Amino acid sequence: MIYQGKQKIWSDYQKEIPDNHWFYVRSCIRQSFFPASERYFLNICRDLLGKDIYETEHHTTCGGIAYHSDTIPQETAMTIVARQFALMKEAGYKNLVTSCITSFGNYTEILETWREFPELEARIRENLWKACRREFDKPEYLAHASDLVYKFRHEIASKAKYNLVDHMTGEPLRVVEHIGCHYSKMFPHKGVGGAEYPCVLSGMVDSWGGQVIDYPERRHCCGFGFRQYLVKANRGYSIANTHKKFESMEPYHPDMIITNCPGCPYFLDRWQYVISEMEGKTYGRNGYGIPVFTYEEVAGLVLGFDPWDLGLQMHQVAVEPLLEKMGVPYNPKTKYLGLNGKEIMKPGLPTVLKCC
Amino acid sequence: MKDNIVIVGGGIAGMEAARQLLLLGYKPILVEKSDHLGGHVADWHCLFPDMTPAQDVVKGLVEQIKDANIFLETEVSFINRMKMGYNVMFSNGVNVICKAILLATGFDLFEASRKEEYGYGIYDQVMTNRDLERWFNTGDDKRITGKDIKKIGFVHCVGSRDVKAGNQQCSKVCCITAIKQAMEMKERFPDAEVYCFYMDLRLFGKKYEDFYIKAQMESGVHFIRGRVSEVSENMQGQVIIKTEDTLSGKPAKITLDLLVLMAGIVCNKQAVQTASMVQVQTDSDGFLKSKDNILNIIETGSKGVFLAGTATGAKTIPETAAEARAAALAIHNYLVAQS
Repeated sequence: MIYQGKQKIWSDYQKEIPDNHWFYVRSCIRQSFFPASERYFLNICRDLLGKDIYETEHHTTCGGIAYHSDTIPQETAMTIVARQFALMKEAGYKNLVTSCITSFGNYTEILETWREFPELEARIRENLWKACRREFDKPEYLAHASDLVYKFRHEIASKAKYNLVDHMTGEPLRVVEHIGCHYSKMFPHKGVGGAEYPCVLSGMVDSWGGQVIDYPERRHCCGFGFRQYLVKANRGYSIANTHKKFESMEPYHPDMIITNCPGCPYFLDRWQYVISEMEGKTYGRNGYGIPVFTYEEVAGLVLGFDPWDLGLQMHQVAVEPLLEKMGVPYNPKTKYLGLNGKEIMKPGLPTVLKCC
Repeated sequence: MKDNIVIVGGGIAGMEAARQLLLLGYKPILVEKSDHLGGHVADWHCLFPDMTPAQDVVKGLVEQIKDANIFLETEVSFINRMKMGYNVMFSNGVNVICKAILLATGFDLFEASRKEEYGYGIYDQVMTNRDLERWFNTGDDKRITGKDIKKIGFVHCVGSRDVKAGNQQCSKVCCITAIKQAMEMKERFPDAEVYCFYMDLRLFGKKYEDFYIKAQMESGVHFIRGRVSEVSENMQGQVIIKTEDTLSGKPAKITLDLLVLMAGIVCNKQAVQTASMVQVQTDSDGFLKSKDNILNIIETGSKGVFLAGTATGAKTIPETAAEARAAALAIHNYLVAQS
């Protein structure tokens, strides 16, 4: 591996990311899968870094899942996105940041399509006006929320309470980074670091003390792949893809996985349970799995937020071995206590995959 | 000024044109930006289809043009149009007034690192066709020297016939070069499995098809029709490629000890700048534009400016040499008509 070669490519794919004043659109599914991630993105940006990030309850889905499932035509998806842009304009913002990778890909694809076919943009303006009497401006800058965290990674590092290192040995944690397919595979120049060797997550890992693992199936899909999972008969493809990735990364003994997509952490996390039940195989140490995190969760851990406030009890794969390795304190008794100290019920334990 | 001819480029085309012009009684001025003559061929080891040593070809031509005025490490700084010819200023300070200019500016090899998915410059065991020729010549390359090479892959059409890379044209010589290099590697590593991954095999030249059959029948080179989609590296530092065997309709994943990328022929960007000084335009493929592409490929729209070799597109050495001879004759006819 020639690290300088990657650096050269990264220098070709640097992206301009404004420092402040963003209109934030949430994901449809992340609040169910990883409920605290979006909240902590806002907390970190607003409270810790003092940034202006605005959101409105009036925004909707971007239509990306329906678009990629072929259940709505592209013009409908475009009109939905045009409405989000109208909300941004009405709120007085010019920069749009998305929580979801598919939204980011969807917005990027739509803006690029309008650039190529201005007549289509004109038609969508007409559609939006007819539908809800709204007008929109295209964003001056479009970013994924991981772009912002990448941009602020050094500031986060300067405020870090814990690093991505084994606190007993001082060795860097071995981290697999997994980038959502819709981040830059469609438009390499829209992502930090391009499509083949993106550095949006590896940059965070480097800054926070970890060591990124480059394994053969690094680029491979997590297994969600929309049609692989949304069509029930295809779900074997989904888990087969995830299995392929874990088999490929296993010899490198990763401590954790960091992701920037709604689907990837969910599938990489949950399918480990299914693989363990089907094959009797686990990929972490001592019968545990490899914990999978969103980048907001990792930033939150580094900054010293309580793991259960970050929602890590919602993961299938136990995070406790990693917390202990990092030296992050946690209270096992409060793991399944919700707000106001209410019990939120404990999940059943898997047959094979070791959980705490 | 009388019958001064400036040849820009000291590769095969420039040298062969100079040789012919010397035979016709002229004393051409040849400028070459590098410190040696021979162009890309000077870096090559053996040439298809008869495995002729490249150095023999280059040395033979150099020997025959020693009476020409040759400036190495010299570039064209500017060219001014005059009433009866051109005023050419070289980077070494020499100023020449000439009646005819031959642009034999050659090509650039496609920068293989631009095909990021193949990992050139990222993964240790990935090299280009030019790197391999250099190893044939010097025996010195840490990717091969002293290594136990058991599996080798050649990827055809790297940066050629590739819309995304901005080069739609076929580079013409890569198929036969890949076969040649595959056979040479098989000779050096008899136990190795050698694979060629191709889109089409374009083997149009004299003895090319024989070469291809020999590669299969005698050398046992495996030809897989399919494009390599991505390259990665395993813990042992080997490269893993993903491809598709389109003839059997199956995806394939192969671990290799060495991957050779057949970087294609693209237009010489510096030549475009020089050509613009004499109002020679570029064609839609980025190469220099001929007067027409049927009977006047060596002529341009600018009076007294001629073209030869790969400045106008990918060519083999025999084609380049033939074109250079034609250009020399055209220049001679032009000068006779002028006088």
